[in-house]
Parts: sequence; structure tokens; C-alpha cells
Amino acid sequence: RACADVFQWATLRMERGAREKNQQLYKPYSNGIIAKELVSLEQEIQEVRRSGIPAPEPEFDMSDIFSFCRRGVESIVDDEVTKRFTAEELESWNLLTRSNYNFHHISTRLTVLWGVGVLVRYAILLPLRVTLAFTGVGLLVVLTSLIGLLPNGWVKSSLSEKAHLMCYRICVRALTAIITYHDSENKPKNGGICVANHTSPIDVIILASDGCYAMVGQVHGGLMGVIQRAMLKACPHIWFERSEVKDRHLVAKRLSDHVADKTKLPILIFPEGTCINNTSVMMFKKGSFEIGCTVYPVAIKYDPRFGDAFWNSSKFGMVNYLLHMMSSWGVVCSVWYLPPMRREEGEDAVQFANRVKAAIARKGGLADLLWDGGLKREKVKKVFKEEQQKMYSKVLVGVSEDSHGSEVVRGPALE
Amino acid sequence: GTYGIAQTVRELSVISHSQITRLYSRFHSLDKGENGALSREDFQRIPELAINPLGDRIINAFFPEGEDQVNFRGFMRTLAHFRPVEDNEKNKDPNSGEPLNSRNNKLLFAFRLYDLDRDDKISRDELLQVLRMMVGVNISDEQLGSIADRTIQEADTNGDMSISFSEFIKVLEKVDVEQKMSIRFLH
Repeated sequence: RACADVFQWATLRMERGAREKNQQLYKPYSNGIIAKELVSLEQEIQEVRRSGIPAPEPEFDMSDIFSFCRRGVESIVDDEVTKRFTAEELESWNLLTRSNYNFHHISTRLTVLWGVGVLVRYAILLPLRVTLAFTGVGLLVVLTSLIGLLPNGWVKSSLSEKAHLMCYRICVRALTAIITYHDSENKPKNGGICVANHTSPIDVIILASDGCYAMVGQVHGGLMGVIQRAMLKACPHIWFERSEVKDRHLVAKRLSDHVADKTKLPILIFPEGTCINNTSVMMFKKGSFEIGCTVYPVAIKYDPRFGDAFWNSSKFGMVNYLLHMMSSWGVVCSVWYLPPMRREEGEDAVQFANRVKAAIARKGGLADLLWDGGLKREKVKKVFKEEQQKMYSKVLVGVSEDSHGSEVVRGPALE
Repeated sequence: GTYGIAQTVRELSVISHSQITRLYSRFHSLDKGENGALSREDFQRIPELAINPLGDRIINAFFPEGEDQVNFRGFMRTLAHFRPVEDNEKNKDPNSGEPLNSRNNKLLFAFRLYDLDRDDKISRDELLQVLRMMVGVNISDEQLGSIADRTIQEADTNGDMSISFSEFIKVLEKVDVEQKMSIRFLH
């Protein structure tokens, strides 16, 4: 598209300008900045010892600490987790000052282009979009309340479907989201759960404008609450009170009941539990995978060249974020509907969750991580350090590697 | 900005400008308080470091004696120990003294992970502390004690029941320290 070409030109021009003025260039790194060892920590420590033969007495080698030490320092220089919670760095500049470190006054032409961009975005696009957004939301509330007056039946569901779709599509216009849906034959059906990777609240709008889902979430007050109650009138959604969220059995029961009723829409769930920056998929919480119904995985990948859709909730509030999105050029993303998956014999919920996660990561071109998205806010659990200690003790005492061996030493084992 | 770093660069072994910039960006992203310095909490926020049994000791190595904050210069200085050794071929300045990433200095870095009280000796207690950190609860006190005793016995040549730096170097003379204690940058 023309836009992408303009952005490429802008980047090159800036880089050329920087080089001319002998200023140093900052190039974003995409694949990590250091080369890490491919062998696991356990193997590295084992190498020092007589291989295979259990020692008569525990052998401590003073060089053991080197491996721990180096890996520790490697993680200080570059780790797999903390970078997932901030916006991805872009290779080319998309005329938003927010996203490029090289921005100085390099050339008049470039600055003028940027200035025009600002004008267009804030004076033309933003008001237009905000109006559309209000229209979309307003219509949603009004229409669903009206439809709620009808008796339950085919007419009601059909109208509800149309109303929901229409309003979400208006919201999509409000963000100027250009969405490409792939493999629509795999779209989620009633009686199932749709799971997707989570980058932003916009994910919901993107999916819901192409199909009808039952939403899951906490009951909010204020405007959100109004919208939630209105939506509930037209078709069944699952809203939890704050207190109910803690009760895992209650949550599971409500989800199961909903799924068992084939007239109800598929449930939309984001198992990561928090927004990740769209370069990776993090640990899926097992709750949705314990229910035992068909899971419809969906992968969502935003094109970073046009705007960063990631919501960094520790830095920006929701309103701030939405304004941010609406004053960007737009959102370009791809949605892949993956073939449905069921839990297999002998597979527990966690393994099933990981299988689904791997499929989504593969399709969307994202890194598949075992780390918990909750690490955005919380400290890592002590049990993972204890596992490292256990592994080392085994090596020290000379227990030979068992077949399950802790192959994942970089990431935590599964709960 | 990055120009103040030039001074630091001259002290350390050769390091490219793009690498300094990347490390500065990393330093900045770890610095949640945005005050130009890192605290111990800033390091502990890295999950992979938090689960490393020697995590706290490694973090300690960044902080000068008695200090609670490390600035970018100090950050770079500590990291400089992990530069690969072959890069020194370019740095033949006889006045610069031994570079931070020499084999000797790498060994000294590791030695100091054990030698908490900085008396240039690893006592039995200090050795036990590190061992305990690495094995957690999985080995009994008695067994750990005998492991420590055996280790000291093997290394101690002057009979003072502790390991001095030169004894430490001797024990590890066959180990490829350069490889184990180096971090290679891409580009």
C-alpha cells in the first residue's frame, strides 16, 4: 500500500540525514542482542563431570557457578519476558514521533510531512472517529435494550445478531481497522469456546465484528456497566461479580452450563489474562481448557508498521489508549481461524492449553513462551527457583538424567 | 546521552557504539524509577534472574561497596567483565593495564561471588553459603558440610582451611573460563 511506501521513504531519509550529520543511528533489535547457549543449564554443568556414571560421592566443582553466573548476567542484558510488556520496536518509521528514537529535525521535507500528518490525524481523523465510536456504542445500547423486550426465540436471536454485528462494524470503522480474516470455514460454532491471544481491548471488537460471541468478563460500573447490562438483554453473556471471580468452581460451572446449551453463542476468552505486546504468546491459564468442550483457536497479529495496538495498562489508562489508537493512522491486522481442537486421551488441561497456544503462536508468527503474563505485575513464584535448585542438587549428587529431565531450564515448569 | 559514555569506553576494552546504545536502552528500560540509576529491585524484576539461585549474589556484584544504586557507568563496568577475550586483540595499549575481561579478572569476578566479606579468602562458611544457595533444601547440612570440606581439602595448598585467590586460580586452570564467562553480542 501507498502508506507503507511513504513510511519506508521517511525512514530512509531520516537515516541518510543522520549519517550526513555524523550522528549515530539507533537501530532497533529484532532478534535479541546476544547469542545465548543452546545447551540447557543442566547439560552445561553435567559436561564438567564424568558423564553417565553416578559418582560415589557428590562432586562440587567450583566452576559450576560460572554457568549460573553467566546466565544470570545474560538475562540482565536481554531476557525473554520483560520486553513483552512494552511496545515492540519498529524497523521503519510511521510518522508518529512516539515510535522512533532517531527523530530529530533532519530535513524540512520530512518535518513538513510529519506536520501534515499530525494535522490530518488530529483535526480530521480523530473527530470523525470519535463520533463514529459514540454512534456505535450508543446504537449498541439502544438496539439491544429494544431487542430485549422481545420474547425469546428465533426472531430475537437473529435481530440480536444483526444488531451486534452492525454496531461492532461501526466501531471497526471508528478505528479504521483493516482486518483480513483467514480460514473463515473454521469460525467458532455454538457450544464451543473461542480462545485468542490478547494484545488490546480492540481484539474483542475485531473478532466480534465477524461473528457473534458470548462475552466473559467482570461486571463494571459506569458506562461499561450500562453497556454490559444492555448487551445481556439481547443475548446471554457471562458477566461475573468481582467476588465470584475468585471462586474457580463457580466460574467453571457457569462456563460449562453455557457451553452445554447449544442455542447459546460460543464464548470468547483470552487465556493469557492480560495484554501482551503481540511479539509472543504467553502462558494460557488452564481454566478454559478444563471444561471439556471444543476449543476454537484464533490467532490475531497486528501489523506493527501502521501503529502499535498494544495496550500497556501500567502506562496508559483505557481512555488515553483509545484516543491514542484513534489518532494513529489506523490498525491493520490479520485474523486466522484455526481448526477446532479437542482435549485428547491422556492429555491434561495444561498440556492441552500448551498445544493450543503453540498452534496459535505458529500461525501468527509469534514466539511461544511458557512464562506467565501475570509477571507484568507480579513477582515470579519462588517454586521456579526451587526447581533450579532441585535440578542442581540432582547433578551434584550424581543422579543420572531421567527421561523427563528438566529440559526447560530457561522457563518455568508448568503448574 | 551516549557521548558521555565515550569516557567510559576508553576505560573498558573495545566495545562498539551500537552495543553501547543497546545496553543504554536496556538500562533505561530496567530503570522503572527513571532516575538514571538501577536499584536492586529493578534487577529482581527480571524473572529469569529472580529464579537463578545465585541471582542475589550476581545483583550484588553490580553495586559498589555499601551503595544502593548503580548508574550506567557502573552497569557497563560490571558487564565489561563478560566481553569475549579475543576482542582484546584490538586493544594493545600498554598503558591501559589489564582489561576487565581478561581471564584473571573473570576469575576474580567469580571469586568475589563466594568471598562476601572481601578478605581475599573463601572460608568454609562462605563456601557453605553459596552451596546452600545453589541446592536449596535438597541436601542435608551434614552432606553439604562434607562436600564443602572435600572441596577445600582439594584446593587448599597452604593449609589455612580456606581458599585464596591463587589457590582458586590453580583449581580452575583447566577450565575454559573465557568461554564460560563471556557473552557474545550479535552484530
